[in-house]
Amino acid sequence: MTLSRDQIAARLAEAGYIADGELATAVSLMQLLKRPLLLEGEAGVGKTEVAKALASVHSTELIRLQCYEGLDQAAALYEWNYQRQLLAIEAHKVEAGGVRMADIEDQIFSEKYLLERPLLAAIRRERPPVLLIDEVDRADEEFEAFLLELLSDWQVSIPELGTITAVSIPHVVLTSNGTRELSDALRRRCLYHYVDYPDVDREARIITAHLPAAGASLSLQIARMVEKIRKEELRKVPGVAETLDWAAALVGLDVRDLREAPEAVHETLMCLLKTREDKARFKPEVTQRLLGRVA
Amino acid sequence: MSCCGTPPGYEELDEVSKFVSSKLAAFLRTLRDNAFAVGLREGQDAAALMAAGYAQKPDLLRSAFKHLFSARKADWEIFDGLFDAFWLGKRVRSRSLVSGSAAPQNNPSVKNLRDNTAGADGQGTLDQLPVDDAGDGYGQGTGRKEGASRAEDLAETDFRKIADPAQMEEAHAVAARLARAMRTKLTRRDLARRRGYQLDLRRTIHRNISHGGVPVSLVKRRRKQKPLRLVMLLDASGSMSMYTAVFLRFIHGVLDEFREAEAFLFHTRLVYVSDAMKERDAQRALDRLSMMAQGAGGGTRIGECLANFNRWHAARTIHSRTCVMIVSDGYETGDATLLGREMAQLEKRCRRIVWLNPMMGWEGYSPEAAGIKAAMPHIDLYAPAHTLKSLADLEPYLANL
Repeated sequence: MTLSRDQIAARLAEAGYIADGELATAVSLMQLLKRPLLLEGEAGVGKTEVAKALASVHSTELIRLQCYEGLDQAAALYEWNYQRQLLAIEAHKVEAGGVRMADIEDQIFSEKYLLERPLLAAIRRERPPVLLIDEVDRADEEFEAFLLELLSDWQVSIPELGTITAVSIPHVVLTSNGTRELSDALRRRCLYHYVDYPDVDREARIITAHLPAAGASLSLQIARMVEKIRKEELRKVPGVAETLDWAAALVGLDVRDLREAPEAVHETLMCLLKTREDKARFKPEVTQRLLGRVA
Repeated sequence: MSCCGTPPGYEELDEVSKFVSSKLAAFLRTLRDNAFAVGLREGQDAAALMAAGYAQKPDLLRSAFKHLFSARKADWEIFDGLFDAFWLGKRVRSRSLVSGSAAPQNNPSVKNLRDNTAGADGQGTLDQLPVDDAGDGYGQGTGRKEGASRAEDLAETDFRKIADPAQMEEAHAVAARLARAMRTKLTRRDLARRRGYQLDLRRTIHRNISHGGVPVSLVKRRRKQKPLRLVMLLDASGSMSMYTAVFLRFIHGVLDEFREAEAFLFHTRLVYVSDAMKERDAQRALDRLSMMAQGAGGGTRIGECLANFNRWHAARTIHSRTCVMIVSDGYETGDATLLGREMAQLEKRCRRIVWLNPMMGWEGYSPEAAGIKAAMPHIDLYAPAHTLKSLADLEPYLANL
């Protein structure tokens, strides 16, 4: 099933993801070229959301692999259910001596005792799922090399079972926060999309989409305020998720207009500012000054 | 794509497709000139895209190509300009290269760097006076160390006092070799330390299922060591000019040999130079450097440069086993308190901060510069680095990190 670019844009919007213009192109290219999509951008700009939206665009399942330091094949690809295997061996011992060792081996190294992990699960689905490989930069380089192999051959070999070839080729989305430079080989295999902080209009639309109670004018004010805050010298620049938290807090406090409730605004800034230095920098006067420019 | 006009008729298809593919090939070359990693497969995919109807609208094609050809943020940002310049004939921003255009001219501040590598021309007369003594003293050689020991002789000589271009060249070579040797030793020590192990029970049981659970073959757990990463920040300001050339060679060697190393230059601003330094030929690497760095005016703003580093590069370049090596004389012309603050930030992030100060080897030198005073509390190792020997002395320290 191939969707046109406009269809994709429409479905992304339906899924509640307010995309920038170019993301729809990226998604349609993914289908056309069968390449994974690498998303980079600051923390909190909604990279993971893209994958979720994509799953709903293709109305399919989302399989997520969260990467971390020391992630290995056993956690990413497959693992034998060794407790059950041990049990099976013991059970055979009890049953009697007639069973040959080789039979037991054949039995305990069969599908039944195999635990699928995300990568294996993704290539064994009938309907191509969306495979989200989150924060791939946190995994080790060795794992990256292994991933590269999987993403080009679409098959894995399990020594006891043989080679397993992909039933369907999943839509792969990789995200990276840039804690480590990814290898050129992996970059080359992927389509690249840089997710930036949304502009004021888009952020306002995102707020309205997630919090209909906020209303258009408050959303716009919030988006403008956040844009101003991002331009200040901060240690941790607030992302979209933080904006949504803040909007929810303001709506919860029944603020209808930012200028009318400067204290509430200042007190709820903790939703946006996540380090002590940033908090200290934002004195009430600073908030006041920014609020003055929001109008 | 606008330049092809209407979709081709059947009889002229060959002509048009030939034209398009040659134009596409030229575009790929332009991208490669601008450091895009574009291979054959990307070319094929691009052709497929054009055939699939993306070529009708320039905006759509630009966006599609952008996703296909970019591999990092830097590519992503310059792509639109390149595309417009190539396909739509607009002017390109000055920093990117359209194929065939001349490389931007080097600027004076970094030119100094290169001149110093070529010889010792940059040295003032004052510094040249003691050269003869030093040269003689070491040149005579003493018994059995003679012959193979020319490097040793050099090792004790202050870089400032090496005047003979040939000797300078040798010092550079030694610096590069030193970097190499350091790497090997560091790796070997790593291995030796890893030999201690614990039993991995889970895997042992797992592996011995076929023996009925009797642990015949053991599985050991070993701690996976991250290789030591070196991040080097080299002061390339005027006051350091006598040393920068040697350190550049050293850095070049380190980048070449260490699996993980990053390098930055700073003077009035910070420049990321790892990519330029990856050129295998040292002289070519320096040439590339001169194209990249643009120091404005005089002075050294160490604090500002560090702030820049902490904000934009630290997250990517520093991990838990990282040693940051700053090579500078500590003459800060900017705000020394800012330097102190940024050093404190940096200290929180990395395992060790080594500050190499070539001036420390001078007799009667004491850290009086405001910059070094502000930075002092955050430095783990403050060492001289005016001779090759002092560089070599670092190695055991790094090995223990």
